[in-house]
Amino acid sequence: MTEFAATARGVTKRFGRTLALDDVGIEIRAGESHALVGRNGAGKSTLVSILTGMQVPDAGEVSFFGEPAPPVADRAAWRRHVACVYQKSTVVPELSVAENLFINRQDLGGGTFGGLISWKKLKREATELLETYDVAVNPDELVSALTVEQRQLVEIARALSIGSRFVILDEPTAQLDGPAIERLFDRMRSLQDKGVTFLFISHHLQEVYEVCQTVTVYRDARHIVTAPVAEMSKPDLIEAMTGEAGGLNVPSGADRPSSEELVLSVSSLSGESFSDISLSATRGEVIGLAGSASSGKHEFAETVYGLRKPLSGTISVDGTEVRGGDVPAALKAGIGCVPRDRHHQGLVLDLSIAENATMSTASRFVWPSAQRAAGSTAIASYDVKAAGPDQPVSDLSGGNQQKVVMARALAGDPSVLVLINPTAGVDVKSKESLLGVVDAQARRGKAAIVVSDELDDLRVCDRVLVMFHGSVVREFSRGWRDQELIAAIEGMSSE
Amino acid sequence: MTKAMTPVQAPAPPPQKQKFQFARYQDLALVPVIIILLIVGAVLSPIFLTPGNLIAVLTQQSELSLLVLGQAMILIVGKMDLSLESTVGLAPALAVALIVPASAGGLDVGLAAWMALPLCLLIGVVIGGLNGFLILKVGLSGFMVTLGMLTMLRGLQLAITEGKSLIDVPESFLYLGSTTWLGLPAAVWICVVCYAVGIFVLKYLRAGRSLYAIGGNSEAARAAGIRVDRVVWTVLIIGSVLAVVAGILMTGRLGSVAATQGEGMIFQVFAAAVIGGISLQGGKGTLFGALSGVLMLGLVEQILRLQGVSGFYIKASYGAVIILALIVTRFATGQKQE
Repeated sequence: MTEFAATARGVTKRFGRTLALDDVGIEIRAGESHALVGRNGAGKSTLVSILTGMQVPDAGEVSFFGEPAPPVADRAAWRRHVACVYQKSTVVPELSVAENLFINRQDLGGGTFGGLISWKKLKREATELLETYDVAVNPDELVSALTVEQRQLVEIARALSIGSRFVILDEPTAQLDGPAIERLFDRMRSLQDKGVTFLFISHHLQEVYEVCQTVTVYRDARHIVTAPVAEMSKPDLIEAMTGEAGGLNVPSGADRPSSEELVLSVSSLSGESFSDISLSATRGEVIGLAGSASSGKHEFAETVYGLRKPLSGTISVDGTEVRGGDVPAALKAGIGCVPRDRHHQGLVLDLSIAENATMSTASRFVWPSAQRAAGSTAIASYDVKAAGPDQPVSDLSGGNQQKVVMARALAGDPSVLVLINPTAGVDVKSKESLLGVVDAQARRGKAAIVVSDELDDLRVCDRVLVMFHGSVVREFSRGWRDQELIAAIEGMSSE
Repeated sequence: MTKAMTPVQAPAPPPQKQKFQFARYQDLALVPVIIILLIVGAVLSPIFLTPGNLIAVLTQQSELSLLVLGQAMILIVGKMDLSLESTVGLAPALAVALIVPASAGGLDVGLAAWMALPLCLLIGVVIGGLNGFLILKVGLSGFMVTLGMLTMLRGLQLAITEGKSLIDVPESFLYLGSTTWLGLPAAVWICVVCYAVGIFVLKYLRAGRSLYAIGGNSEAARAAGIRVDRVVWTVLIIGSVLAVVAGILMTGRLGSVAATQGEGMIFQVFAAAVIGGISLQGGKGTLFGALSGVLMLGLVEQILRLQGVSGFYIKASYGAVIILALIVTRFATGQKQE
């Protein structure tokens, strides 16, 4: 008989009038990596909070290794059964790695000073723990000084040291670059060999195929299918997620009319972490910019939009030079931008859709009726699922929030679009609709720079530039092969 | 239009209509409380609802309301300014001291009397500008900078006046705080105008809306092309100038500049702002809400006074009432206060 690390049966959960989970189940075999996929709002996060004991289901039961789940109040028992590495960090940034590993269970040494924290012992145990799981981090380091990758490893090590053999990874790859993702997968495989079970949540279906053995799909709060990954083709998986047949429907834009008219020209631009980059875009052209997180692609794009000051070089739109490091000047010159991180730079979460969407427009007066009208137009044109223009953006799902950011970038009808990770953390349907907007805007004569590592985002581009250590190292025209592009992004030569 | 642009079959929007309706009127959450206070006051005391009494309440609250107006804008933009209460005292004291001779407690500089008002406003601009410089350009903690400024300005006033009240105040300086226009004290008119302008700007001007964007997420505001530092700096200066105006009105009402003018007001300022729904985290609240917070505190204070609560107890009961008011507001608006 197979042993299950975790099972949930007949789980139903309501939040007010919203049904978040409708009689769903999941069975996670011990020692496997089990993927949970679904569009935003499918109920994945609710299931995670029920499996980790943060929420009590209205109906249904959860068990770990055949034992029923402990009562919700018993946090310690839950932590021995299951650990979760959330997208948002659950470590204390201003404390050391060692202290974070043993937070609230610091060793209270015996002897003369019994009952007091023994820092020496704490550090020694932390060092041992980090060595056991092969995490190359100094225990004295403050967690705030770690990279996202190191921070996740510390969280995983902490979870395992508490005794849990079942770890939930909630979109762990969202903030990692290519090589770091590979290292994470290697680690998952080796821990799996040691008997650790993973529940892996990701928007990147490719990753599911790389690292998981079983996949469960949720849609609209219901369980759709659970199957071995090997028996599930990518189109089948997407169909299960969206309820529609066919793969990702992204316009390739191969038939976009091209133009000779230059709209954006960047000449020998240098700045923080990139140098001497020249680039020009004609009307209707979409240029992809790929590279690892340290390649300088984000810094370059942010400099074009004026979020960062250039060290040298010029940016011109329609032949007029734009003052560097000045966002209002860039907006005025006709550059619109979807910034890197929608929570950090893209949105004011407490404000309404209408207000967020019109934030960049230049007029001095704001008439609420005009603003609401603009908000409604944005909702309609960019396919935002919302109750109305007055709804605060904090109520929206990730994909719909990203559409509002896109609406803001397009509000002033710019001639150049700078889109940084335009589809980060959004579901398949939203991705289609966002990339559709990019294609449609290019057809209307805008030039766009799409900064992304996601191959789907880059497929809409006419050409893709690959950056490595601050310079453009390769250029691919339409029709590139995936392996070739990925090799270039990782800094490997494919010759 | 590509296929992706056409609206896909949208699931019915979540049933949240009711919540919005409520949110839209959240501004008015304190209005019923104010009405109840008026009724309670009228029941307890026959003179409560007389025009004389109500005007007295408005006049007493006019200075506080200007400080709350300034502080509310500063809080919305995500900062705080503790030094406002010292500005209330120092700006009039310094302006007067630069005009009157040493025999009247001045500095013997002997500037012309007409300069009193412009000078006073200029001092406000300088204080707000200095706060802004230290917070935005030097990068110091706003709380600590303005706490330091609070103590320093108060100390400066004591040093200039040697701890005495300035009694010999130029006539032009007393006018605004002591005159009446169309049957209402000028101070009340000034507040009404300031609030009307403030409410308009924060609702209908892009510059005003940018306060909410900055307070809600300053990085996003910057990425949207808002000149964050410039706006914050301006708001800090406006806050200081409003504090100066409050100081001028107070000087006019009392006929002199006391060494302790404004002392202890900052506590009421924060109380009124929070009761009025302004978030200490920034980005939330309206000026109308803040104004209703001021009125609520004013009515409570007047009810206590008319009930003849002993002077020894009035401070304690006032503090207790503020906490009570916070509790009432918490449940009236259904929102946690941060």
